[in-house]
Amino acid sequence: MNFDLSPKQAMMQKLFREFAINEVEPIAAEVDEEERFPEETVKKMSEIGMLGIPFESKYGGGDGDNLSYILAVEELSKVCGTTGVIVSAHTSLACNPIYTYGTEEQRQKYLIPLASGQKLGAFGLTEPNAGTDAAMQQTVAVDEGDHYRINGTKIFITNGGYADTYVVFAMTDKAKGNRGISAFIMEKDMEGFSIGKTEHKLGIKGSSTTELIFKDVMVPKENLLGPEGKGFMIAMSTLDGGRIGIAAQALGIAQGALDQAVKYTKERKQFGRPISAFQNTQFTIADLQTKIDAARLLVYRAAYMKDMNRNYSSEAAMAKLFASEVAMEVTTKSIQLHGGYGYTRDYPVERMFRDAKITEIYEGTSEVQKMVIASKILR
Amino acid sequence: MNILVLLKQVPDTTEMKIDKEKGTLIREGVPTITNPDDLAGMEVALRLKDKYGAKVTAVTMGPPQAENMLRELYAMGADHAVLLTDRKFSGADTWATSNTLAAFIKQVDFDLIIAGRQAIDGDTAQVGPQTAEKLGLPQISYVDDVLEFSKEKIVVKKALENNYEVLECSLPCVITTLSTIAKPRYMRVMGISHAFEKDITIKTFDDLNIDPAIIGLKGSPTKVKKTFTKEVHSNSDILHLDGKASARKVAEILMDMNFIGK
Amino acid sequence: MNIAEYKDIYVFCEERENKIHDSSLELLGEAVRLVKDRPSLNYKVVGVVIGDHSDELAKMAGHYGADKVIFLHNEKLKHYSTEIYTELFMDLIKNDKPDIILIPATVLGRDLAPRIAARCDTGLTADATKLDFDPENKESALLYVTRPAFGGNLFGTIINETKRPQMTTIRPGVMEPVHRDPERDFQFDKREVSIDHIEDKVKLIEVLQKDNMAVDITKADIILSGGRGIGDNFHVLEECAKMIGAEVGASRGAVDKGFIGKDHQVGQTGKTVRPKVYIACGISGAVQHLAGMEKSDYIIAINKDPDAAIFSVANIGLVGDALEILPLLTEEIRLYRERPY
Repeated sequence: MNFDLSPKQAMMQKLFREFAINEVEPIAAEVDEEERFPEETVKKMSEIGMLGIPFESKYGGGDGDNLSYILAVEELSKVCGTTGVIVSAHTSLACNPIYTYGTEEQRQKYLIPLASGQKLGAFGLTEPNAGTDAAMQQTVAVDEGDHYRINGTKIFITNGGYADTYVVFAMTDKAKGNRGISAFIMEKDMEGFSIGKTEHKLGIKGSSTTELIFKDVMVPKENLLGPEGKGFMIAMSTLDGGRIGIAAQALGIAQGALDQAVKYTKERKQFGRPISAFQNTQFTIADLQTKIDAARLLVYRAAYMKDMNRNYSSEAAMAKLFASEVAMEVTTKSIQLHGGYGYTRDYPVERMFRDAKITEIYEGTSEVQKMVIASKILR
Repeated sequence: MNILVLLKQVPDTTEMKIDKEKGTLIREGVPTITNPDDLAGMEVALRLKDKYGAKVTAVTMGPPQAENMLRELYAMGADHAVLLTDRKFSGADTWATSNTLAAFIKQVDFDLIIAGRQAIDGDTAQVGPQTAEKLGLPQISYVDDVLEFSKEKIVVKKALENNYEVLECSLPCVITTLSTIAKPRYMRVMGISHAFEKDITIKTFDDLNIDPAIIGLKGSPTKVKKTFTKEVHSNSDILHLDGKASARKVAEILMDMNFIGK
Repeated sequence: MNIAEYKDIYVFCEERENKIHDSSLELLGEAVRLVKDRPSLNYKVVGVVIGDHSDELAKMAGHYGADKVIFLHNEKLKHYSTEIYTELFMDLIKNDKPDIILIPATVLGRDLAPRIAARCDTGLTADATKLDFDPENKESALLYVTRPAFGGNLFGTIINETKRPQMTTIRPGVMEPVHRDPERDFQFDKREVSIDHIEDKVKLIEVLQKDNMAVDITKADIILSGGRGIGDNFHVLEECAKMIGAEVGASRGAVDKGFIGKDHQVGQTGKTVRPKVYIACGISGAVQHLAGMEKSDYIIAINKDPDAAIFSVANIGLVGDALEILPLLTEEIRLYRERPY
C-alpha cells in the first residue's frame, strides 16, 4: 500500500500549486468581492490542459489520472474555492458523463472541445422542486420523431452562465418514475434555451450559479446521452464522481485556511510573543491539521479507487461527508485564530469560511452522503 | 533546425538559510529549481520551436537528481534531454564545466545554443561564454529578445546598462539570456503525463572522450580556499509606534538632515 | 607555464560616453592599493585601453593610478567586439605576461572576461568583493579573491594557484578609485594593432535607446526602497519618493515578482548604493540585499516583523506597515512644504 504520490502525480501537483499561487491567488479576493466569473483563469487553465486532466489525449484530455485531477481541484481551492469548483463541475459533471455514456460521435463532437478547454461544461439536474429528491423531475422531454421538445427549468446550475455544453436531465416517460428520466447534451445557443436568474450567494461568489430555462427547445435525437430511461442512473453515477471533486474542493479550502492561520499566528504578537507560542494555539492547529490529513486520505483513496475502476460510491461519499465537515470546522477556527482581523476582508479566511459551507450541500447534501454510506453497509 | 539549451538545477537561493555557528549553508530542505535565466532560455527555444519548427534539446551537467528537472522540461515541451553525469565531473569550476559541456556538444548537430546568463548559486555568468570559446563559436550575451531566426543567422537585442544593441550573428552561435527575456510557460498536463516515458540520454565520462585533467574538481584552475557567512551586527533602536508617529519620526530625520528644504 | 615570468596587475579600462568608466577607475584604485600592500613584489599597475579613442582618454588611466597605460589602438575599432578584444588580449597576455587581470563586472566585462579566461585556459573568479594577496606568505603574488555565492548567502575565498594570469571581475561600486592626479607620471605605451586578420561573426546593426533612461540610483542621496512587503503597490512608494526627493530602490524579491524594474534593484546581484539615507520598506534584509546597501550613511528600516534582519543594520527601526506609514509621511512632508511661514 503506497501512500506517496507517484513522481508523475507529484509533478502535476507542483504545476497546479505554482499555477494557483501565481495566477489564481492574486485575483481571488477580487473575484469574490465583485462576484466575477474568472474567465481569464479559465482560458489560462485550458492552455495548460487543466480542464480535461483525466481524459485521454485523443479526446482532448491530458492523459492524466483521477488523482491528478483531484490534486488540481485541491490546489486551486486552497487559494480560491470558486476556481476549484469551476474545474470540478466542468470535469466531473459535464466531461465525465459524455465520456462514460456517450457514443463515439458524441465524444468526438462534445468531449473533445470540453476536455481541451475550448468549451466549458455544466450539469443540469436540480430543479425548484427536485433537489435531494432528484427523481421528481418536472422538466419534460417529448419525443417528436427526429427530436425531443424540452420544456422546464433548472436551478442552482454551476457554470450556468458561462458554459457552452450542458448535460441536462428531463422526464421522457412520467409513468416510469425515475426510470423515465433521460439525459441530453444541450448547447447554449439552442433556440428556446436561455439563462435565467443568477444567484447571489454566501460563498463561491465568483462561481456562476444560474437558472436554466427551456422553452420548447428542440434537441436532436443524436443528443440523447445514453439510452432513454437511463438518465437517473447516469445522474447518480456522475454525481458519485463529482463528489470526489467537491471533497477535494473542501479539502483545499480547509488546508488553505489553516495555512493562513499558521502564517498569521507566527506573525501576530500579543503578550510579548507570537500567539503560535501559546499551547492552546498549538493544540488547535495540531487538531485541525490532523483532521485535514484524515480528510486528505479519504479523498485520495476515493480518487484511487475510481482510477482502479472499482466501485467507489461509498468511499466518495465518505470523502465528501468528512472533508466538508472538516472544511467547516477548520475555516471557523481559522477565523478564530485570526481574532478580529479574521473577520475583516483584509484577510482571506472569512471568504474561505463562506466558501466552505456549500461543500456540505451541493452534489448531494451531507445527509445524502450518509444515506449512500449506510445503504452500502446495511444492505 | 536544432537548438540546444544549457540548463542547471540549482538550490532555491531565496529560501536558503545559514548555519551561523558553522558558517555554512543549510542545504537540507532547500528545494531545487531550474535556474531562472536558463528556464527563460528554454522558453525562448520553445517559442522558436512553435514559430519555426525547431527541435529543442535540454542539456544539463549535474548529479543524477537533475533528471527530475529534465522531466519537467519534457513536460514544458522539450524534444530531447541529455544529462551529463559522472563523479569525475563534480566540483568543477566554470572552466572545467565548459570543457565537459563542449565535449558533449561536439558530438551532436546544432544550429543554436541558448544558455542562461548566470546561475543563482554561482552567479558567475561564465559558463555560457566559456563553452562558446571551447566550441570556437561566436557569442552574444545579455540577450533580451530574439528578433529574427533562420538557418543562416540570428538577430537579437542585447541589453546593456544604458541602451540596447541590435546584433546579428551567423549560425551556429551561443546566446545567453536574461530571465526577463520571456516568461517561461507552465508545464502542460499532457506533457507531465508522458514526461516519464521519454528517454533521457545519459552521458558519463567514458562517453565523452575528454581529458580527465581538464574536468571536475581536479581540473579546475580556481579553488575555494574557504567559505564563510557574513556576520550582521545589531546596532539600532527599534520603535513600535503607530502609523502617524512613525511617519513623523521619518519626516523629522529627513528634516534634520536638511533634505526637506522649504 | 612558468608562473615566475608573470608580473604586474593589469586593469581593463572600459570606455563609455567618451571617458573611462567609473567601474574601471575603481579597479585602478584597487590595483594601486594592492600594489602598495605588497611592496616586495614590486608590481606595477597597468591600465589597458582598447579602441579608436583619443590619447587623452587613454591617459585618464594614468591620472587615476596606472603606472603604465597600454593603449591598443586601431581606428577601425569603433565598437566592442568579443572576438577582437579577446584576440588582442591574448596577444597582450602572450607578450606581456600579466600576473593579474582585473576587469569590471559590467555587461561588457562579463562578456569579455570569461572568453579571455577560456582562451588562455586560466581561472576566472566573478564579482569579487574583496582582494588580498596571500596573507600567509608575504612574498606571494597569489590573489585571494573573496566573492559572494548562493545569491549572496555565502562568501567564498577563491585562489588560482596553477594558472596565469589570475583573472577576476569586480562589480561596479565596490572598490574606491584614487583621487585624480593629472600631473602624475606614468608610462604611455600606445600600440597600433592590426585587426584585419580577426574574423568577427557578430555584427552591430543598430543601437537603441532605452525607453526610460536607466535610472541610476547609485548617484542618489536618498533612496526609498521597497521589498516584497510592498507587493504590487510601488506607486505608494513612488509618490512618497517624489515628495521627499528620493530615488526608488527595490529588493530582489520585489523585482523578481515583477513589481518594479531591475534598474531599481539594490543588492548583490543588483546595484551597490551608498546614499546618505537609505529607507528600507517592507524589506526583510536578506544578506544579499544588505550587501548592496549596508554602507549607506544612515539607514531607516520599516517592517511589520520586529525580528526582520534589516533592523540589525538600521540606525533606526520602525515596526509597522510601510504601506500605512508612507502615505502619512507623504502627507507630513506635503503639509510641511505648504506651510505659509
